[in-house]
Amino acid sequence: MKAGIVVFPGTNRERDMAHALKLITGHAPRMIWHHETSLGDLDLVVLPGGFSFGDYLRSGAMAAHSPIMAEIRRFAEKGGHILGVCNGFQVLTESHLLPGALLRNAGLRFLSQDCHLKVENATTPYTRGWKSGDVFRAPLAHGDGNYTASPETLQRLEGEGRVAFRYSTASGHVSHDDRHANPNGSALSIAGILSENGRVCGLMPHPENLVDPEIGATDGVPLFKGLVEALVA
Amino acid sequence: MTVTIDAKLAQSFGLTGGEYDKLLTIMGRTPSFAELGIFSVMWSEHCSYKSSRVHLKTLPTKAPWVIHGPGENAGVVDIGEGLAAIFKMESHNHPSFIEPYQGAATGVGGILRDVFTMGARPVANLNALRFGDAKHSGTRRVVDGVVRGIGGYGNCVGVPTVGGEVNFHKAYDGNPLVNAMTVGIARKDKIFLSAAAGIGNPVVYVGSKTGRDGIHGATMSSAEFDDKAASKRPTVQVGDPFIEKLLIEACLELMATDAIVAIQDMGAAGLTSSAVEMAGKGGVGIELNLDAVPQREPNMTAYEMMLSESQERMLMVLKPERTEEARRIFEKWELDFAIVGKLTDSGHITVIHNGVTEANIPLAPLADEAPIYNRPMVHAEPPRHISPPADPVGIEHALLTLIGCPDLASRSWIWNQYDGSVGGNTARRPGAADAAIVRVDGTRLGLALTTDCTPRYCQADPKAGGAQAVAEAWRNITATGAKPLAVTDNLNFGNPERPEIMGQFADAIKGMGDACRALDFPVVSGNVSLYNETRSPTGLAQAILPTPAIGALGVIADASKSIGLAMPDNHDLVLVGEIRGELGQSLWLREICHKEEGAPPRIDLVAERHNGDFVRAQIEAGHVAACHDIADGGLMITIAEMVMASGVGCELLAPPHGLPIHAFWYGEDQACYVIATKNAKAMLSAAEKAHVPARKLGHSKGTSLKMADGMSVSASRLREINEAFFPKFMGEGA
Repeated sequence: MKAGIVVFPGTNRERDMAHALKLITGHAPRMIWHHETSLGDLDLVVLPGGFSFGDYLRSGAMAAHSPIMAEIRRFAEKGGHILGVCNGFQVLTESHLLPGALLRNAGLRFLSQDCHLKVENATTPYTRGWKSGDVFRAPLAHGDGNYTASPETLQRLEGEGRVAFRYSTASGHVSHDDRHANPNGSALSIAGILSENGRVCGLMPHPENLVDPEIGATDGVPLFKGLVEALVA
Repeated sequence: MTVTIDAKLAQSFGLTGGEYDKLLTIMGRTPSFAELGIFSVMWSEHCSYKSSRVHLKTLPTKAPWVIHGPGENAGVVDIGEGLAAIFKMESHNHPSFIEPYQGAATGVGGILRDVFTMGARPVANLNALRFGDAKHSGTRRVVDGVVRGIGGYGNCVGVPTVGGEVNFHKAYDGNPLVNAMTVGIARKDKIFLSAAAGIGNPVVYVGSKTGRDGIHGATMSSAEFDDKAASKRPTVQVGDPFIEKLLIEACLELMATDAIVAIQDMGAAGLTSSAVEMAGKGGVGIELNLDAVPQREPNMTAYEMMLSESQERMLMVLKPERTEEARRIFEKWELDFAIVGKLTDSGHITVIHNGVTEANIPLAPLADEAPIYNRPMVHAEPPRHISPPADPVGIEHALLTLIGCPDLASRSWIWNQYDGSVGGNTARRPGAADAAIVRVDGTRLGLALTTDCTPRYCQADPKAGGAQAVAEAWRNITATGAKPLAVTDNLNFGNPERPEIMGQFADAIKGMGDACRALDFPVVSGNVSLYNETRSPTGLAQAILPTPAIGALGVIADASKSIGLAMPDNHDLVLVGEIRGELGQSLWLREICHKEEGAPPRIDLVAERHNGDFVRAQIEAGHVAACHDIADGGLMITIAEMVMASGVGCELLAPPHGLPIHAFWYGEDQACYVIATKNAKAMLSAAEKAHVPARKLGHSKGTSLKMADGMSVSASRLREINEAFFPKFMGEGA
């Protein structure tokens, strides 16, 4: 799988993502500076976590106007696969490649903790490594992860199977109003969503930080294994 | 503006009459305004260590694995595989009281620069925090700001915050302590130093622009507070972690080439201290042309530019033929890059602005003749050991009180605001082990990191407290299975001009030195913060508790084999070390009997070393499933923390005869560990062979902590009480 990772000024989880991709796919991804204007021949583009442009103005808002984004839009229009994690998810909503927005966490504080994600739709390239209803652990680390969208959009996401991951308890219980189950207060406990064609995915937590048995767990591995199966075939 | 430059003005800059006379002798004339500013910051306590130097010199700083000890920007130790760990801890106490968010944030930024300026990628942050009494009305504001500031900066730069400590005590009501530590990794043959070389080589300024913030910050940090502390807000710097992140990446990119001759961050006293230190260490002169300095605001004077403590700036000496290559890197990262001067053979620092020479100072005497004081000391008689007072409440009540008290309550409310996982190498996060474990990229090595100090022990007996701080840090690293390598110290004390404070300082250093020698645990970097006092409107000075915070680093060959607190079901619990029931200065005495008295626990450095080496060997041999040292709150709290970490309960045997039961469970005896092992018999026999005291405590089982007398508390109840304090204190629902 040929993957590329976009680096904006202030991106800070690009090395984590590169490590995960290298570990699982066996190939080091291409690092793409935000001033570049061509993606080249890629199977997957990843927008990683961090604080692009310091998160000044709004998280992801300035990165959405970086030179590389025009090329990423074209890549999306051609049906390319794009994964945005954390700040990358915020860039995708700010670019309107995914619907909705990410507001301040409901508790108004930065949150860094392990959370549990329930796989809602296991038929996509991003989720096929799991079964629907599976629950896995992932660290989250963000100040602005409270997903929101209009009632119509939320209804469409639900109806079209575009909710990829939902926050839950370790046993898979989903409860929108419970801070233990839904730490940042996201609408319908949404942690990750898909574009209409199912090829652009954004999520707030960091599966890339749990891929290495040597530092504790491999809960995030199915995301990357599934992508390899889907995109290399 | 006409200002008369005289002893009176010098005094308002923090220089004494004697120091001003010395300045006049060196200069042979009346100094300019800018020159007076330069002298005053270089000779401030913060930059010159004038009160502490004679004592600091007594600390051990060498070991075969030490590459650079004190004197560089940070300490450097060899961790194997051709790699070095670079680390230091530094205080930002005064600014954090005046403006908690920015004070703490820029504390993190400053210590990061000390580490990456040496060529290391920062891989972990820790912070040791001391706040006022939780009941004091101002404490919540400081906690909130400091925690947000540390998170706001550390999270954005993408360096995981993996550990630290927090205490509350009324002695910090008007003077909280924020001690930030950064650890970085570099190849040991690619360490960058600050000594300038090469007459004619360009001096290059990179990073943020210079503004009027933080002027005279170093001097502010060298004086006690009075009731007008708030008026000093303009001396606090403002941080921009986004720029810092760019600066880290740009510097590391440039450091991968061989363009740099010398590099130094602009920390306290900004351009002045970086230029003076680089040229001074290299034995050359330096000429700065301030017209070229990137400026944030118009009409800045030479004095303002030389003393500004604007953040996120570095000074470098480059090989002249590589300047354009370096410029391209900084332009890519959209950072300022300016050639602001050159190295000369004059032996002077010369500062030119608008064609006028604003300062021309000989460097050698500025450094060599900096004041140094052997200040008068009074040594207080340490209190006597007390015999255990009667237990007024019983074991269960004490347990539930202690695990919910401010000093023992879960710190997860704080940790959960710090990104602890960025980097993808955090193997053990806060609360999971006695020291945080961070794997070193591209290897299996794990760094074991901790910060420790028990200020109430230091207040009662500074020498014992200094030794205990070092011993506890060593023990915390040992309990994970790692080998302790070296420490950085952050010495926070009151006004050194008061003999009783100076006595505390000297005694604490003596204790630290003894422990460092006994444990082969040298001091490789550090920072001194004095004048941590607040003068009330009535004129009474309140000093903080003496707080020699120790930041420590160890290494384990395989991070995945490190040991944490969480004990598995169906294991034996073994105590290693001897319990004498030390209740003097214990949390039990303070929280249950409302007394802070007696001598702190005895420190036996031979036993400390012997017991710790035994525990580490047992871990290496694979006999240990969980391990936790005994510290604040004593043995019962150690066990309760192991129960809370795992959710697995235990059944404890009756304590031995001869000691009051509460002294056994709540005494804060040193050099002790609780281990969960498959086979207590084998471990006890190994301990006997090694002449290490050990006894079986019980067995892990079920989901409640149970005592032989029938007491039973569930893990979930313990957790609930343990987690309750912070959200309630901060006025937030759980």
